Amino acid sequence: MFSRDNWKEIFETIQKNKLRTFLSGFTVALGILIFVSLVGLTNGLQNTFDEFFNDDSTNTFFIFPGRTSMPYKGYKSNRQIEFDNSDLADIEKNFSLFVQYVSPRIDRSGLVKYKNESNNYTTRAVSESYQFAEKTIMMKGRYLNLDDIKGKAKYAVIGRLVEQDLFNDEDAIGEYIDIAGSVFKVIGVFQDDAGDDEERRIYIPYTTRQLIEKNTDKINQIVVGFKPEIGYAGAMAFDKSLDKFLRDKKYISPDDQNGIYIRNVMDQYEQNQQFAGVLAIIGGAIAFGTILAGIIGISNIMVFVVKERTKELGIRKALGATPRAVVSSILLESTFITTISGIFGMILGMAILSSMGEKLKDYFITNPYINLGLAIFATILLIVCGAIAGYIPARRAARIKPIVALRDD
Amino acid sequence: MIEIKDLHKSYKMGSNSLHVLKGINFTVKEGELVAIMGSSGSGKSTLLNILGMLDVADSGEYKLDGVPIKDLNETKAAKYRNKFLGFVFQSFNLINYKTALENVALPLYYQRIPRKERQEKALKYLEMVGLKEWSHHLPNELSGGQNQRVAVARAMASEPKVILADELTGALDSTTSYEVMELVQEINDQGNTILVVTHEDDIAHMCKRIVYLKDGVIIKDEKVKQVRASEYV
Repeated sequence: MFSRDNWKEIFETIQKNKLRTFLSGFTVALGILIFVSLVGLTNGLQNTFDEFFNDDSTNTFFIFPGRTSMPYKGYKSNRQIEFDNSDLADIEKNFSLFVQYVSPRIDRSGLVKYKNESNNYTTRAVSESYQFAEKTIMMKGRYLNLDDIKGKAKYAVIGRLVEQDLFNDEDAIGEYIDIAGSVFKVIGVFQDDAGDDEERRIYIPYTTRQLIEKNTDKINQIVVGFKPEIGYAGAMAFDKSLDKFLRDKKYISPDDQNGIYIRNVMDQYEQNQQFAGVLAIIGGAIAFGTILAGIIGISNIMVFVVKERTKELGIRKALGATPRAVVSSILLESTFITTISGIFGMILGMAILSSMGEKLKDYFITNPYINLGLAIFATILLIVCGAIAGYIPARRAARIKPIVALRDD
Repeated sequence: MIEIKDLHKSYKMGSNSLHVLKGINFTVKEGELVAIMGSSGSGKSTLLNILGMLDVADSGEYKLDGVPIKDLNETKAAKYRNKFLGFVFQSFNLINYKTALENVALPLYYQRIPRKERQEKALKYLEMVGLKEWSHHLPNELSGGQNQRVAVARAMASEPKVILADELTGALDSTTSYEVMELVQEINDQGNTILVVTHEDDIAHMCKRIVYLKDGVIIKDEKVKQVRASEYV
């Protein structure tokens, strides 16, 4: 059945019936190509969603003060809410069950100088625990620690690109930089997966910032890290009671949309995951539909091919072809075409996906990929279904008496 | 070579059944060139189809080269056809995407003869029918007469016991018909047994024996003086 001679006969038939070969090959290749691309792009989308969050912790709240928009308990509307150091302590004290760490955040932009080099950077004043919130990775030196905060040390942790810009290729550790008129010692260099903007930041102790700013105790924003084990439901409850606590303390109406805002990263993450999940289901359904359409397409072509060959098969039978020979030649021919083109479509699809990489990042698609097992499974499914679809008409054709087949002009 | 006893065949057409062959008895010896004559509806094509194992008789005996042909399934029929018979059809029935050489070699492929030997044999028979130079042409590049000669070469290629020709000149003009008949006579002269179904008197008289069929029975079976086709060409 698989002798060289049989293959030669099959190759000749394939070569001399180019339209037929093209049609069935094209259907299969296209079906697999679209399937692989769709699944890959869906995965790429998922990657992007994951990436939004994986450079920051998800067990975090960011508390932003605002300006009130309604009067409450004798206070007028349009009042600027401010946080100070006592708020940090209060949150830590009242929610000790939930809280892992609390850090303030004071952002200032200013000129930073080292020797002859200078540039504008955002300097972010934080406490030592802020490293967890941003998932900051230290390349060398160290991050701020509690002693630095307590001692109001003039230490700075600079981003990778700050070092690159200001120090060229020299080592920044131990060097002194000028941040908006104050001199800081560089104790560490960090990197951050989020990208260039984050790596152009400088971290300093918030106490030092407050000292520079006339020994104030004001802070801009508060970052609260809660214990991951409280879970999504715990986070939502904590979010709610923290909101209530702060509104009570700052005299903000519970209905005021503008007085205070808590950004619940975990909630956002959950919603994004759900959105990505729905997209994955839609993408998967379309991909499955494509395979189904491919199967139907190849089945149609097989029925047509056998019908078209009825007379030829009659001639072959009159010349001594057994029904078995007829069926096997049709099946081998079609399986050969679908296998080659299926593999071609699969490899082409995977090549396209891997060549994409980060090129489609603007369209929220990062590193699209498909699981090799899934791609092979889909290809084999299409080939097997094509063979089954071909077998039924082939068997029928093989059973037709040659005299009937020959009459059929 | 061929022995037929009391062969019956009827076709069902809805509720009626059409009795086409009503007890045919005849024998063909090796080396004969027999014409089966009859008007359309006489049952001559049905008889040929049964002889060619393309169709099955309802009752009666059929022996081919001493082998009783009965209880045929498709696989068995295919093997017998391949071993015993060569066909020439009115409409040539060549495979249109294969060259003359490949068409002639096809029955040998089903005999599992190696490719090289197949090609050599096919070329030999193409040469015999005078188409060696045309071996790599497709059927649609050849004339009707040439196509029929390719078909004759194909029927010869498997070196069958009997060649069955169904109206082999039906699609050809008379000059071409005579050329093809001349070829048939030459092949017969070499000792091959040939049965020709025709309704044309002149073609029938180029054979050595004529069997007249009418309404499913043989009405006359006579030896005739063969008219050589070469006289007309």
